[in-house]
Amino acid sequence: MNEVLAPDGLSPGFTNPVFESQHTFRRVLDAMSRPGLLINLDADLSAPADGIDAAAAIALALLDFETPIYLSPVPEWAGLAQWLRFHCGCPIVENPGDAAFALVRVDAMPALDQFNSGDPKYPDRSATLIIVCPSLEGGDSLRLAGPGIADFRVIAPTGFDPAFWDDVRQDRSKFQLGIDLILTSDNHIVALPRSTRIALED
Amino acid sequence: MNAVTNRKLNGAYNHAYLDEQTKRMIRRAILKAVAIPGYQVPFGSREMPVPYGWGTGGIQITASIIGQDDVYKCIDQGADDTTNAVSIRRFFAKVADVATTETTEKATIIQTRHRVPEAPLKEGQIMVYQVPQPEPLRGLEPRETETRAMHAYEEYGLQYLSLYESVSAFGRIAGGAGYPVLVDERYLMSPSPIPKFDNPKLHQSEALHLFGAGREKRIYAVPPHTDVRSLDFEDYPFEVQHFDEVCALCGCSESYKDEVILDDEGNRMFVCSDSSYCTDRRNAGHAGPLAGHVLGQDDPDPASLEDAQ
Repeated sequence: MNEVLAPDGLSPGFTNPVFESQHTFRRVLDAMSRPGLLINLDADLSAPADGIDAAAAIALALLDFETPIYLSPVPEWAGLAQWLRFHCGCPIVENPGDAAFALVRVDAMPALDQFNSGDPKYPDRSATLIIVCPSLEGGDSLRLAGPGIADFRVIAPTGFDPAFWDDVRQDRSKFQLGIDLILTSDNHIVALPRSTRIALED
Repeated sequence: MNAVTNRKLNGAYNHAYLDEQTKRMIRRAILKAVAIPGYQVPFGSREMPVPYGWGTGGIQITASIIGQDDVYKCIDQGADDTTNAVSIRRFFAKVADVATTETTEKATIIQTRHRVPEAPLKEGQIMVYQVPQPEPLRGLEPRETETRAMHAYEEYGLQYLSLYESVSAFGRIAGGAGYPVLVDERYLMSPSPIPKFDNPKLHQSEALHLFGAGREKRIYAVPPHTDVRSLDFEDYPFEVQHFDEVCALCGCSESYKDEVILDDEGNRMFVCSDSSYCTDRRNAGHAGPLAGHVLGQDDPDPASLEDAQ
């Protein structure tokens, strides 16, 4: 009765939207309030591309007509825009600066400073980036500190250019402005809200 | 089980009362609030089945985060058995079909107005505060446009001036509840009307703290392990309330106390404001000078009454 009926060729979204959205959100909230913690979203859906299960679940849980989204224009994600339009009803934007959310692949990202980092009086109006990378483990080590972290945490996502982390640090030097990041790989996520201080480990 | 119905209401309402679009909007606001600790995120507060001032902000946050696996506790002035706490707990038992408890340790979500429980909070627990006035500067500056600019540019001199005036008038920093704090050394925040006794519990807490103001349409947050500093001066350091009396029922000398008038003769007793903490202590064999007083008798758990109906 409550299954979302998808047109031919479009993979379905959540089987049970109310509870799966809640479940997904709570894990994202857990990730956001404990930056650097690797969390399994445990999403059960057939995403329209490989390796983006967590990113697609976050989109289903959080996006709607109020949230313009920017997508990486990669050929493997050709069906993603239509999938998001159908399941979330969100506007797809071409200009990163207009996006409230962005779903981007780590090898096809616009420069960080092209996204909206908020207004000094309304820093909550900044963009949230959902970044799909090959793996959240095995890359260069990053040392994290800040709210939500007792002492420090270390993460090692793969696929990132070291220069990207310089851009992130540059972005974070503008706090309270800033862009919030959620790194995803398959079904796993790590959140790096703007309050998290990031240093490359030697 | 059907997606959008629950057993007790037979589909009359969506799970947890709010519609899904409202939940998404509130969930997005909560995530931004967590990312900018202490900053007040505006949100589209909805009409709830209780008036503004009865906890609509906290109720909307709880409704947006609660799931079937949660165990829900609701306290008012520290007590689980007061009218507002009982009715909000019954509301969620009904519309979210969720387990309820009065025991702090068992709860995953604790909704509160005036207190942080005495028992230490644990990792994974979420405190939800019902906030009447989210703006700590509102008493000093009535214009929202101005207070928003003061937060944007970290212009908090007026708040310190107010504390200084308090020292010059009373010889100390007066004010017992809603005592202003600085979160992660950036945003000035009102910790809701909790007594300043509870302010230190927010500092580097294991739990996530979410604050919702329904009438004022604001959500803000303190993530776990975040610095929360109560404002003070070097020569007038921050101090919490102290009670000379022990709890009349459980004998505790460290908890926050409520004063209870017993009769027209001026007799009174002081009891722990945290009813769950006091009950646990009495069950463990602790006894105060008025142990066995009618206030200390075990009432049936309102949550179990609800189930029996």
